[in-house]
Amino acid sequence: MRAVDAVMEGLKAEGVDVVFGLPGGANLPTYDAFVNGGVRHILVRHEAGGGHAAQGYAKATGKVGVAFATSGPGATNLITPICDAMMDSVPVVFITGQVRTELLGTDGFQEADTLGITIPIVKHSFMIQDPREIPRAIHEAFYIARSGRPGPVLIDIPQDLSRGEIEYEPVTDVRLPGYQPTTEGNQKQIRQAAKALAAAQRPVIYAGGGVVNANASEELVEFATCDRFPVTCTLMGLGAFPAPHPQWLGMLGMHGTRAANYAMDEADLICAVGARFDDRVTGKLSEFAPHAKFIHIDVDPAEISKNIPAHIPIVGDAKHVLAKLLVEYRALGVDPARLGAWWERIEGWREKYPLGFEDSADSEIKPQYMIQALYEATKGEAIVTSDVGQHQMWTAQYYDFPAPRRWINSGGLGTMGFGLPAAMGAAVGCPDRLVCCVAGDGSVQMNAQELATCAQNDIPIKVFIMNNGYLGMVRQWQELFWDGKYSHVDTGEFPDFVKLAEAYGATGMRFTDKATLVADCKRAIATDGPVVVDVRVTREENTYPMIPAGQAAREMVG
Amino acid sequence: MSVMGEPGTKEPLSLEELQASTGLRTGRKHVLSILVENKSGVLTRIAGLFARRGFNIDTLTVGPTDDEQISRVTLTVDGALHPIDQVTKQLHKLINVLKIRDLEPSDTVTRELALFKVSAEGAQRGELMQIAEIFRGKVVDVTKRSVIVEVTGTTEKIEAFEGMVRPFGLIEMMRTGEIAISRGRSET
Ligand SMILES: Cc1ncc(C[n+]2csc(CCOP(=O)(O)OP(=O)(O)O)c2C)c(N)n1
Ligand SMILES: [Mg+2]
Repeated sequence: MRAVDAVMEGLKAEGVDVVFGLPGGANLPTYDAFVNGGVRHILVRHEAGGGHAAQGYAKATGKVGVAFATSGPGATNLITPICDAMMDSVPVVFITGQVRTELLGTDGFQEADTLGITIPIVKHSFMIQDPREIPRAIHEAFYIARSGRPGPVLIDIPQDLSRGEIEYEPVTDVRLPGYQPTTEGNQKQIRQAAKALAAAQRPVIYAGGGVVNANASEELVEFATCDRFPVTCTLMGLGAFPAPHPQWLGMLGMHGTRAANYAMDEADLICAVGARFDDRVTGKLSEFAPHAKFIHIDVDPAEISKNIPAHIPIVGDAKHVLAKLLVEYRALGVDPARLGAWWERIEGWREKYPLGFEDSADSEIKPQYMIQALYEATKGEAIVTSDVGQHQMWTAQYYDFPAPRRWINSGGLGTMGFGLPAAMGAAVGCPDRLVCCVAGDGSVQMNAQELATCAQNDIPIKVFIMNNGYLGMVRQWQELFWDGKYSHVDTGEFPDFVKLAEAYGATGMRFTDKATLVADCKRAIATDGPVVVDVRVTREENTYPMIPAGQAAREMVG
Repeated sequence: MSVMGEPGTKEPLSLEELQASTGLRTGRKHVLSILVENKSGVLTRIAGLFARRGFNIDTLTVGPTDDEQISRVTLTVDGALHPIDQVTKQLHKLINVLKIRDLEPSDTVTRELALFKVSAEGAQRGELMQIAEIFRGKVVDVTKRSVIVEVTGTTEKIEAFEGMVRPFGLIEMMRTGEIAISRGRSET
């Protein structure tokens, strides 16, 4: 069989039902195989859109996403999604074409050292040197992408090798002696952790994206509610613990709630699960949670004690470890009443500092209200993606995610232009769910071309552009920290998003009135096919509360 | 509402702040002996990892092992500058890395080979030969105005020899970087 047909067989054997990509010279053979290969392929308009779509698909479904690109510029266009997938631990397999082997190293037409360029931003990569390696490379790529701490894996296939004839035999084993992720978690350490939690007076559970990746949300809820542990989540973890909930403190970190950040600040024990103490969470490291000891549960040993030394390190998958921790903890028969004083303190913060904003007196739509309206219009049940900026933080703050895999955004890399293609991928992966994208007027233009893909394939995403006519988050920093001198942040009224939507074959709408916003949102959602809504919001509104970068939680402002 | 300046970007950082970072520093040299699969890009992966995480490699040697699929990389890192624990954990994440040993100095034999090209004219020549002999060096090439001396030993010995011959006029020096093997019966 042709090697490229083996690629198709390999994908099907991995259970792939859809891939995103764009062809070119170096992967023409592969695209010939797509014609009758039995793998659904969605033609994107820019490889970055395809990469982010594969991420959105992976995040929404929990399955491995797949993106294809040709050599050279096709591959370099994938750099941002690859890096994004690395930072947020998203399982995606990227398959790139490469120039013929005889041209390798000669600066041949559309030659780029894809493997070399991507080494720092992949979990692993394969350079095919013999067509017979392809079936194994595909199987191992999927295995690596989804197991342990998930991440991006790249397979680079030179054009001539993809045209080779091979004998195809399905590969079901992996030969990766250097790769043995620990999933179980050390029982003794888990017992230690249970004892420490039982002894703690001011505990907090700090959960991150690792809980979502491990499908450990149920275990988290069960464990947290077997006592009265206060729970906070990172930006990536939202939905892992259902909001709202009496034990839910809200998101923590730079734009987290005061209750969450102050609780971390005063905690005597922090149990981190699948979270990595990112600087957006810790603020000034030396003043982070000064009274706390740390239990750190993570599938990646390198995360443990990377930023904050852990007192009780537990290497393992959140699902396994939390289930065992629950058993150990229950056996101790701890009295939940002991956390009464701690909860009183937390309730005090909650009452004194609820999330809030000053609503407009007229018809003006405040950006925070826009998210509340969307929440109401969707009954909190949508899958929501976002771009990067103020709108992202407001969505994280004001849309209470009741379940994991509902909130899809770019956290680690902070990639503008992520939201729209990610929504497209999520909608393809979950055709029965409503998928909304809260976009920034700046960000959305970085991958707006995928509206054509949505229109052509009838992918009915609803894009709500929070249009403040600014690169709002940068404007906010310039206002607060650079003496209010605005430098290149005003995007004006360009483009006309309604016309843009229509040009792409989507429906365009513009909302400007607070009074009708919920009904308007419902109308947009009820409209068939892809819809783009230009929601005009207050131009200069700041995202609060906020821990200024590099400062401590106690120094929250706003 | 008062907002403080944003030290991460606006205020210049003090040296102290720049140096303050977590991670255990052992304060000594570490020799890491790493078995890797002979797959494309494996050295780039290792070198790239060090570059990206800001770890300095002092010396690096690569050579075959008795298994042709597997190579051994020996590298030395300064534990005063880098959290070795973090270095090895990151290395372990590379799929092609099979095994890492952070060799205990007391349980390890390390060797390095160096070639010194030194000016040696007239009377100086005899003196130089004597020094070479004391260091159990070998003269491997002689011309009218220079000699090449081969020295094997620990890094300290090689550096000591360098110090001795420098005054004669050191024209050129080549060093291989260290290789290391653990003492006793067990495998490195
Ligand atoms: C690709 C990329 N370029 C630049 C930035 C820096 N950046 C972060 S937020 C932001 C503003 C985004 O503007 P917009 O999408 O309109 O969102 P808003 O903050 O106004 O809600 C910028 C430029 C980034 N995160 N990503
Ligand atoms: Mg904006």
